[in-house]
Amino acid sequence: MNDFYIILTASLVASSCALLGCFLILRRMAMVGDAISHAVLPGIVLAFLFSGSRDSVTMLLGAGLIGVFTTFLIEFFHKKAKLQTDAAIGVTFTWLFAVGVVLISIFAGKVDLDQDCVLYGEIAYVPLDLIISPSGTNLGPKAIYVMGIVLVLIIVFIVAGYKELFLTTFDPAYASAIGISTSLWHYLLMSAVSVTTVSSFESVGAILVVALLIAPAATAYLLTDNFKWMLVLACAAGILASLSGYYLAVWLDGSIAGAIAALSGIIFALAMVFSPTHGLFFKKLRQVAH
Amino acid sequence: MNSLAEFFSFADPNIRYVVVGSVLLTASSAIVGTFTFLNKRSLIGDAIAHAVLPGICLGFIVAGTKNPLVLIIGAFITGWLSLIAVDFITRKTRIKEDTAIGLILSVFFGIGILMLTVIQKSGNASQSGLDHFLFGKAAALVGSDLYAFLIVAVILLVVVYILFKEFALMAFDKAYAKSIGYPVRTLELILTSLIVLAVVIGIQAVGVVLMAAILITPAAAARFWTDRIVVMVLLASAFGAFSGLAGAYISFVAPAMPTGPWIVIVISTIAFVSFFLAPKRGVLYRLVRQNNIRQTINNENVLKVMYQLGEENKNFFIPRHLDEIIRRRKYEKRALQSILRRLLHQGYVEQTGNLWSLTEEGKKKAQRVVKIHRLWELYLTTYMKIAPDHVHEDAETIEHLLTPELEAELEKQLGYAKLDPHQTKIPYQHE
Repeated sequence: MNDFYIILTASLVASSCALLGCFLILRRMAMVGDAISHAVLPGIVLAFLFSGSRDSVTMLLGAGLIGVFTTFLIEFFHKKAKLQTDAAIGVTFTWLFAVGVVLISIFAGKVDLDQDCVLYGEIAYVPLDLIISPSGTNLGPKAIYVMGIVLVLIIVFIVAGYKELFLTTFDPAYASAIGISTSLWHYLLMSAVSVTTVSSFESVGAILVVALLIAPAATAYLLTDNFKWMLVLACAAGILASLSGYYLAVWLDGSIAGAIAALSGIIFALAMVFSPTHGLFFKKLRQVAH
Repeated sequence: MNSLAEFFSFADPNIRYVVVGSVLLTASSAIVGTFTFLNKRSLIGDAIAHAVLPGICLGFIVAGTKNPLVLIIGAFITGWLSLIAVDFITRKTRIKEDTAIGLILSVFFGIGILMLTVIQKSGNASQSGLDHFLFGKAAALVGSDLYAFLIVAVILLVVVYILFKEFALMAFDKAYAKSIGYPVRTLELILTSLIVLAVVIGIQAVGVVLMAAILITPAAAARFWTDRIVVMVLLASAFGAFSGLAGAYISFVAPAMPTGPWIVIVISTIAFVSFFLAPKRGVLYRLVRQNNIRQTINNENVLKVMYQLGEENKNFFIPRHLDEIIRRRKYEKRALQSILRRLLHQGYVEQTGNLWSLTEEGKKKAQRVVKIHRLWELYLTTYMKIAPDHVHEDAETIEHLLTPELEAELEKQLGYAKLDPHQTKIPYQHE
């Protein structure tokens, strides 16, 4: 049962991340996603101090805000201070992450967080934190409910705002011409990324969030030219990485998050070589056939 | 102040190690980082920092101990591999560079974490301390670490010193560097090796995530103070060294404080101060300059309107009501009033009741603006062959910007023409 709980949690995280990742990589904002996933750390620590727990509405709100703040800061440095984008991203997220680590040290006694957990989480502990109903029935791990709700929210967000997200991603000029605010949807998307990051933090850690945001979406991007299919395939790639990664970790007796990240990379490599449309192998074949 | 004196006496060898180690790392990383920054590859440093982890684990598995040389070789291999992978993905597929960087960074790091956890559970006692590469251990540096750092720092400095001219040229104009016969490919290889080297030792001080900061943040800060690359490199290394020193000091005063993150907070603070306050490039300076330009343009436009009204009445000093000005050029009444008050203060207009008139000085200034406007229109029609009804907008801008030298040149070129393309008289000062 524990295997199932862990794989289910990882798959839920993977699906949320994969869906958002598709938008991120097409908007060329993969590294902004990376930045946000690190920069939410001080937000998590502060929210923890205020609310006293890790799974609260305060935390999600705080995370959403700090994600928007990160995005805003990157743009501010780029537009107002004329700092090149790559440097703006690098300076902003390292600063916020450093502040987060220092906050953890200051409130070490009051915050139940440590650096290891921040970087690579502890998904193996997911089955330990169960929700028990008043009558004593075991309702399953809390993480599954949290991640399930987040995934539903992300799906609702994407379905409800599909047209706007689609247009602002592929044709921002046309989108603003028909009155869709590109910056509004930009910030909404970034808030969604932060909320996902924060809620998955505890179970999978920052680095797996980044891997799951980027790798499955990049895999799907090499497999199809249809955006809706890309969303579906990205989820599939994420779930596949979760499943195979889990068993790899069990086999090697190592970090589950690390193994899932590694597997998501291998799945990407397979797609890169063997994708029927964009794969290197079939491209080569077609060249030879000519 | 006691702690300060104690700290800077460096009597305690531990303090010496931490200070010398931190300063060496931050200063030499900053120097290499300057070129990364100028090549617009800041995030590559981040990717390498994450990608050295599997190499370090690999080195450990091969050697069975934490032999620094083997670990560094391992780190070097995977650090390089990650760059090759990013380059390969970007060139061979339709994946963009930022996605490739993020992908390689997280996947390599995941593999590293997997290997690290496997090693930790392997029961090999000498593995403890490998996780220092994750989070840094600047506060726990010992003598033998320093030798490794010192050697790497010297290599970085010597190579950068010897190849400074080449690196500088490549950062600004790669195509030109290639055309005059520089071995661009080899130079890039050397520079990347230096970055990998800086990262390999740097992450021991500040850890994987914060490594990117000590590479590029000093350079980003230095960029705001100078346009000269030599000064920039020196400034970046000074900022880096200072933050290393400050970080060491903070964790000396408050031992619970981690050195690495504090180094990053100090260097980030220096960067933010630079972004805002640096002369010429800083945000504040830009805002002030923009505001000054806006004020000058507003001033000159109001003077110009009053001059044009004067031309109609053949008398430039008739007192005018605000509405007369607004009829010619749209202003909010309040805004116009504040512009006029400014002009009054500068001595270009006089106020009688609620009427305003040009002073002699004001007329002179307005006349110059009007003259440049009309000369420019004439210039555009004669030399650029632009139709007379298309030149006004352009002249509206240039009239505020032309320097006295260019003004004189323009007058000469056009032979002190009497009339503009709309057959209006061009006013010269001596008339």
